[in-house]
Amino acid sequence: MASDVVRLRVQGASKSFLGIRALDRVDFSLRAGEVHALLGENGAGKSTLIKVITGAYRRDGGEILLDGAAIDPQGVTDAQALGIGTVYQEVNLLPNLSVAENLFIGREPTRFGLTRTGEMRRRARALLGQYGLAIDVGAPLSSFSVAVQQIVAIARAVDLSGKVLILDEPTASLDAHEVDTLFEVVLQLKARGLGIVFITHFLDQVFRIADSVTVLRNGRLVGSRPVAGLERIELVSMMLGRELQDEERARSGGATPEGAAAIRFTGYGKRGSVAPFDLSVRRGEVVGMAGLLGSGRTETARLIFGIDTSDGGQAEIDGTPVTLGSPAQAIAHGFGFCPEDRKVDGIVGDLSVRENIVLALQARRGWARPLPRRAQDELAARYIEALDIRTSDAEKPIKFLSGGNQQKALLARWLATDPRFLILDEPTRGIDVGAHAEIIRLIERLCADGMSLLVISSELEELVVYASRVVVLSDRAHVAELTGEAVTPSGIMQAIAAHEKAAAA
Amino acid sequence: MSVALKGLRRLAPQLVTLAVVLALIGFAFPGFFQLNWQNGRLYGSLVDVLNRGAPVALLAIGMTLVIATKGIDLSVGAVMAITGAVAASLITSDMPLAVTLALTLLVGLACGLWNGALVAFLDIQPIIATLILMVAGRGIAQLITEGVILTFNDAGLIFFGSGSVLGLPMPVVLWLLFGVLVALLVRRTALGLLIEAIGVNRRASMLSGVRTRFLLLTVYATSGLCAAVAGTVAAADIRGADANNAGLWLELDAILAVVLGGTSLLGGRFSIAGSLIGAMIIQAINTGILLSGFPPEFNLIIKAAIIVVILVVQSPASQSLFVYLRPERRDATPVTRERPAR
Amino acid sequence: MTKLKLLCGAAMAAALMTSAAFAADMTVGFSQIGSESGWRAAETSVTKQEAEKRGVDLKFADAQQKQENQIKAIRSFIAQGVDAILLAPVVATGWDAVLEEAQDAEIPVVLLDRQIDAPDSLYLTAVTSDQVHEGKVAGDWLVKQVGDKPCNVVELQGTTGSSPAINRKKGFEQAIAGHDNIKITRSQTGDFTRTKGKEVMESFIKAEGGGKGICALYAHNDDMAVGAIQAIKEAGLKPGSDILVVSIDAVPDIFQAMANGEANATVELTPNMAGPAFDALEKYKADGTKPEKWIQTESKLYTQSDDPMKVYDEKKGLGY
Repeated sequence: MASDVVRLRVQGASKSFLGIRALDRVDFSLRAGEVHALLGENGAGKSTLIKVITGAYRRDGGEILLDGAAIDPQGVTDAQALGIGTVYQEVNLLPNLSVAENLFIGREPTRFGLTRTGEMRRRARALLGQYGLAIDVGAPLSSFSVAVQQIVAIARAVDLSGKVLILDEPTASLDAHEVDTLFEVVLQLKARGLGIVFITHFLDQVFRIADSVTVLRNGRLVGSRPVAGLERIELVSMMLGRELQDEERARSGGATPEGAAAIRFTGYGKRGSVAPFDLSVRRGEVVGMAGLLGSGRTETARLIFGIDTSDGGQAEIDGTPVTLGSPAQAIAHGFGFCPEDRKVDGIVGDLSVRENIVLALQARRGWARPLPRRAQDELAARYIEALDIRTSDAEKPIKFLSGGNQQKALLARWLATDPRFLILDEPTRGIDVGAHAEIIRLIERLCADGMSLLVISSELEELVVYASRVVVLSDRAHVAELTGEAVTPSGIMQAIAAHEKAAAA
Repeated sequence: MSVALKGLRRLAPQLVTLAVVLALIGFAFPGFFQLNWQNGRLYGSLVDVLNRGAPVALLAIGMTLVIATKGIDLSVGAVMAITGAVAASLITSDMPLAVTLALTLLVGLACGLWNGALVAFLDIQPIIATLILMVAGRGIAQLITEGVILTFNDAGLIFFGSGSVLGLPMPVVLWLLFGVLVALLVRRTALGLLIEAIGVNRRASMLSGVRTRFLLLTVYATSGLCAAVAGTVAAADIRGADANNAGLWLELDAILAVVLGGTSLLGGRFSIAGSLIGAMIIQAINTGILLSGFPPEFNLIIKAAIIVVILVVQSPASQSLFVYLRPERRDATPVTRERPAR
Repeated sequence: MTKLKLLCGAAMAAALMTSAAFAADMTVGFSQIGSESGWRAAETSVTKQEAEKRGVDLKFADAQQKQENQIKAIRSFIAQGVDAILLAPVVATGWDAVLEEAQDAEIPVVLLDRQIDAPDSLYLTAVTSDQVHEGKVAGDWLVKQVGDKPCNVVELQGTTGSSPAINRKKGFEQAIAGHDNIKITRSQTGDFTRTKGKEVMESFIKAEGGGKGICALYAHNDDMAVGAIQAIKEAGLKPGSDILVVSIDAVPDIFQAMANGEANATVELTPNMAGPAFDALEKYKADGTKPEKWIQTESKLYTQSDDPMKVYDEKKGLGY
């Protein structure tokens, strides 16, 4: 377990960009054999602190001590030589080289100037064996999952440095099982006496693996605490600087609205994508959709939004059959869709926040009926205020906003069309805790206003808060529908597991 | 009037470049700015720049829209040859002028729709899709003219090349008119916004209900139409359709005009006014070289050198270098990433 | 019944065609570059006319600007056992192998309008014009026309670096050498096109004080001259009198300009390259007389006094 030896100490680190303080006299200390979570909303200064430690940025003030000696790394490589290794969220290795080459690039074992491939592979196998990873080290890195790539990156970083390991959001693109594998590796390294800095957005993971936690806000240190005995609500309020009752609120979505289904699909499906299913959503109802990655959740959304066309079946709105041949048609019927991959499918990066907000409404009106500029400004101002979208200016390109604020702008894009039915695919993925809670509140408010919603989410704790029913998917089929008391995280997981087991038998 | 002011600021680099180029020519050739009234129209080197730049300016209007959608239209030069040939062959077979013009524009439109269909419906990369017509187009034009320069003497058609309205040569009137028309069309309707959205992120636009295929078809059709007008002007100018040489390599000048005008080849934000100024910068350089009296062996070298200088000065890298060179602002580059969200 | 009739008809037609081929004195294969210009089209039609006049059976192959098509055509001529081959080569190099094949088959090859880089033993003769001479004829005309009066000439060159541009410039300069009253004051490329000819002429006029300083225009081809004539007119000057216009090629449109008094003289690049070629071939076949390795075509000067409208009509019929 964590010793009392302080491995890394940062004292009064400061950094400004164009007069804006990104880091303001921050202290941070990491003991040997400890996992230290670094938390904060986007823009709180986590990345800046890391870059100051690794020498990627020149610090304006303060000092860094490694094992009691002052260091001044001139860059990432320098830091590595001193013993500080970093692994980023997007694995910074070379995907088309083999695993062994990635591990030993720049320090290949050579004889007479030639790389000894056999020797290199043997060493690579030995190195990865320490992490319980038995893979073909001659295969290209890209042929393995992101989790394996992460572990390879960690193995390389630890092998090169060996004192401090910084993990920058390593779990952001991993599924639950992969996170488990990664955590085993982290625990092992901790046992070896490394100091590990762990940056994440997921509070659950903090409580699972971290020994201490340091919270930054607006470039300042809020505080450092041991995790043992720390209340979840305390941590959240440290991050947000305010009490957030909703976060720990008991689930309320139990009441299923009465009445006929506003939106109904029967026999919808597409070969090779998702098996035929029936689905209905009432007015003022949130239907959740859960399942593992690749279970057909997103495929279902694509079908009902008209991106893909159904092989058969029928779609009805208030009992009237409708055709959903394209997104444009679906939008004309009052549908809206916030896709999972915000950057690729959602935001139009170079355009302003205003233009992004009015885009769907303008597209529905057609090119010949432009929204007057004043109406656009009003819409943008209204939603920026209502959804608390944090931007200096409605004319700022949306790509400069943080993930959470981009997501809110995308929600605004659909709300501006006054939709009757909104599909949200992973609405809270990869966004900071503050925005997270706001989006959940927004979903509840929309539902109360009588809108029908279909929410796809991997965050089961979250899903059960607002969903009155949850459709469970597995293996590209809708396998169960939970209602009322059955809507709990464990109920959902049991439903998924039951089907997986049935499929295996 | 803050919108007008903003537009001016957006165009400032182009306007300054044009002014510098013109000033340089004026320095080397003092008679450059001299304007006379002759034969009922303005006459002088400046008018020549406006007049000779007409085909590239017309092409650049359509090209701007195509490039804004992250596309490119390599076929415009060939479409000029085709439409010039169509106009010449119709007028020489005694078709009325109105019918000739209507059919010529229709042919240009059809060429544009062909390109648009390949891009929008078959999802062929624009550079490949329009390469087809670029290669085949001159052959088609040859077939229409039967391999000769098809000369004509119809005063009505010739008017589009060498006539004048209100003292300005007709080609100048045409590109100004077309430029204003198209600019108004895209900015007074939502076309501009939707086109920019497609250029920045076609998938996201489609998912937001933007009818991307229809709009792509529209911009390529517009480009074809602009090429048809340019082809008519070029043919009328020399009173003949020269299938081999009409519009030869002008697609590249048009693309250059758009780039000089500040529209990125990566799509998105566009400015038709910027592209038109870009076309005039190119033509000013051409005219300046002709006036300079240098041996023709140096033409292309001089042109290339000037354009390299302009592009380097306008490039984002040197823009940030200017920021970097300003004192006390050493950390300018990473600011967009690290500025707190609030 | 009808089927049988058709068959008979086809058989008879085939028989007639073969007999016609046998009746001809000579079968000649002609590998033409393509039809990239009016002049090229005229060369093709004149060659066909000349062949018909002499009873030569001409096999025509259009290479569409590709050397490999020309090589294919020559091989097929060899396989058909023609008596001779006419070749208008699209490029200068890469002919050695296929010409050796022709030589092995004892088929004489005559080059038309362009020379190649190959040993001259591989072909019988080359029929081409002399581009330097063309320029000289144009220059001589101007020297005679202006006499002792001072004359500033502007020159529209062909495509920079092309051999006609270099040679036609050289010939003209040779002709005016020693006549100090004639000076080339401006020289720019007009790329052999009307559009550029017009644009460059406009700038010449601006640069030379509205055209008052220009006495004559020398254009390396007629197309540039036609474009320049329009520029001169639009500048309010009279081409043909205010500014003399002399050019090379003799395409039909320049004759129309001459008829209107807007152009003064042109030097013909004759499309009749086949006539001299057939003459040489006939002599060679009759008694084995080998012609010179280069047969120079006539570079005829046409002026306004040569009934330009009549020439225009004749030329128009050739497919210019």
